[in-house]
Amino acid sequence: MTQGAYMDHNATSPTRPKVRDAVVRAMEAGGNPSSVHALGRKARRAVEDAREQLRTAVHAPKSAQIVFTSCGTEANTLALTCTGRDKIWAGATDHSAVLRVRDGVETIPVDVNGLIDPFQLDEMFAGGGDDVIVSVMLANNETGVLQQIEGIANIAHRYSALVHTDAVQAFGKIDVDFESLGVDLMSLSAHKIGGPLGVGALIATKDVEITAINPGGGQENGVRGGTENVPGIVGFGLAAEIATSELDGMAKVKELRDTLEARILEAAPDATIIAQMAERLPNTSFIVMPNVDAETQVMNFDLEGIQVSAGSACASGKTKSSAVLTAMGQHPDIAQSAVRVSLAQTNTIEDIEHFISAWTGLYQRKHTAQSAA
Amino acid sequence: MTAKTWTQNDPLYLDYQATTPTDPRVVEAMAPYWTTKFGNPHSRNHHFGWEAEDAVEVARGNVADIIGANPKEIIFTSGATESNNLAIKGVAKFYGDKKNHIITCVTEHKCVLETCRALQGEGFDVTYLHVKEDGLIDLNELKAAMTDKTLLVSIMAVNNEIGVIQPLKEIGALCRENKTFFHTDAAQAVGKIPLDVNEMNIDMMSISGHKVYGPMGIGAMYVRKKPRVRLVPLIHGGGQERGMRSGTLPTPLVVGLGKACELAKKEMAAEAERLRDFQNRLYEGLRQRIPEIFLNGDLESRIPGNLNISFAYVEGEGLMMGIKDLAVSSGSACTSASLEPSYVLRALGVEDELAHTSLRLGLGRFTTEDDIEYAIERISKEVNRLRELSPLWDMAQAGIDLKSIKWAEH
Repeated sequence: MTQGAYMDHNATSPTRPKVRDAVVRAMEAGGNPSSVHALGRKARRAVEDAREQLRTAVHAPKSAQIVFTSCGTEANTLALTCTGRDKIWAGATDHSAVLRVRDGVETIPVDVNGLIDPFQLDEMFAGGGDDVIVSVMLANNETGVLQQIEGIANIAHRYSALVHTDAVQAFGKIDVDFESLGVDLMSLSAHKIGGPLGVGALIATKDVEITAINPGGGQENGVRGGTENVPGIVGFGLAAEIATSELDGMAKVKELRDTLEARILEAAPDATIIAQMAERLPNTSFIVMPNVDAETQVMNFDLEGIQVSAGSACASGKTKSSAVLTAMGQHPDIAQSAVRVSLAQTNTIEDIEHFISAWTGLYQRKHTAQSAA
Repeated sequence: MTAKTWTQNDPLYLDYQATTPTDPRVVEAMAPYWTTKFGNPHSRNHHFGWEAEDAVEVARGNVADIIGANPKEIIFTSGATESNNLAIKGVAKFYGDKKNHIITCVTEHKCVLETCRALQGEGFDVTYLHVKEDGLIDLNELKAAMTDKTLLVSIMAVNNEIGVIQPLKEIGALCRENKTFFHTDAAQAVGKIPLDVNEMNIDMMSISGHKVYGPMGIGAMYVRKKPRVRLVPLIHGGGQERGMRSGTLPTPLVVGLGKACELAKKEMAAEAERLRDFQNRLYEGLRQRIPEIFLNGDLESRIPGNLNISFAYVEGEGLMMGIKDLAVSSGSACTSASLEPSYVLRALGVEDELAHTSLRLGLGRFTTEDDIEYAIERISKEVNRLRELSPLWDMAQAGIDLKSIKWAEH
């Protein structure tokens, strides 16, 4: 099985070799950043250097708070439940970590492309919107659709709401600019950009008051207790730097994705690409093969050495159909037969050919079987 | 097997309670999971996901094994601080309307104390047990503090500053008798002393990766299934780890923790014996060369890799500056950046002057005989040098009781 056929980068991306080397070096160096001796101070410096790398990568101002966490989910939890707002309003297609962050999260409806209608958000506020934190993901993990965060933030701020964006999927695939998005809080994760698993971050403007989710030794300015994951943080900083320096290469990824979609639609006129006309991430394609269960598709592709996914990984073992598609008002038949392809710069045109041949092969087999029945 | 060879530029690492170096065999075990076997363990329907999931389950078995638990009772977290928070808050929030009393101890790790303090703000009663001069709790005091409202007892297995081992089995028995949950922060204990959750009646246990020669950023929590302990999770979301802890599992870190536990279980007995010998040599060596030093905490009920010693008449921070080639700590790492005397030493009844002169010396897997000799040499030389400069030492030698001196205010 070749690694080149891995097309599930939105679930997780392999650690970049340079990042892995840096992580291993930091593991070998050791040291607790809270220790006063030379080894501790060296570890502290490594953590602070990584913080600055991340700040630069997301264009966050000097004054912004950057809190390292154990993952994107923890960053989301910190943002939504530890900033003192009474009501949480989240986009209907947001990640389950956000929608289930606590009981009583209200959803902001989306259109058929998964986009939030700013007028509807405005109406929600007009109907009683005190003490709210609005959370909308920058790029959807399944469809790749990009929300108009700037506009959403504008409206929300008019009603003195806090605004958080889960930028886990967008970071490293498009230029993510904390300042120009106009949000108060932003969650990031390392393993989606070729950084190590087990580390995430929350970016916040200086005025946001965050109370600790896990109080402890007072690390991370008292916001996040626990000994810092030094190798993980070092790896995250480096991955952020490399990923942003390589953003130009995403144009090639978009070409591959567009080729893939065009060829699928050519071979199967009844196939659908979800939200194809919306503004999307350059690497993501959510493809519907009519009347073929997504699980069946994924299993078939896996046998051919291609790794794709039937939706987001955290739920993929558990639910039959995509919650994102259901929230977008898609028919259950469609929600059950959509498969996500998510590419990275390591994918090649051969991978695309491989996928198209596997896809059309399965499509024809099923098509023939259905016609015969 | 050595973690690295110490050169003259590297300080000699004697701070194993702050963090342990990652064992090279752990680093090696993790290696394939960064780049080749990198699947998301929650991707249940493709090859890479399965491979990652299998690796996670092997690791879960290794963690369970070292504490005599069932793998199904282990959940992975980001570290012991998170595990401690999850155990205490999780149980408090689930059962709080029935029982609202928690018992802990004044020498617990900051994260346990802060969590308990936060719960007090939410209406819980918290009893903070004292410790005796040897650092151990008084079981009679614990028994007397228990009521039918006592939901949870949280007592650490091994103290991070003074290395003393609390009587876990006896605490567990009292808890079971009183139908009270027993949580123990075992970050400093796992891999150092034998632990058995059933024999000790432990209901929840916090485990840290980077204190058992595993990676940073990973920990685990044991949550008993029979009788079942239920928790309200702190991090909601994808529903991973039986719903108790959401978030993508970091496969390489999980694999690393599993490997670290596997190694620790295999090597614990031999390692403990070696370190006990080193501990004795270091303590005896220092005692022979330096008069008036005081060991903080019991020597017998103590892990072999720790000494915490007060060097009377010598200021701890000054001493640390003088022995820069030794990486040691003057308090627990989380608080050592502040100049407050250690609250743990205070709790033992150590006076502030003496607490200020204390060093924590942590020994571990990669400590050698030469390291012990070198440490004795360096510390004794520096303490004796500083004492020669100290007027207090002069006065004490002249037989003046320093406590009788009335210092001028200024």
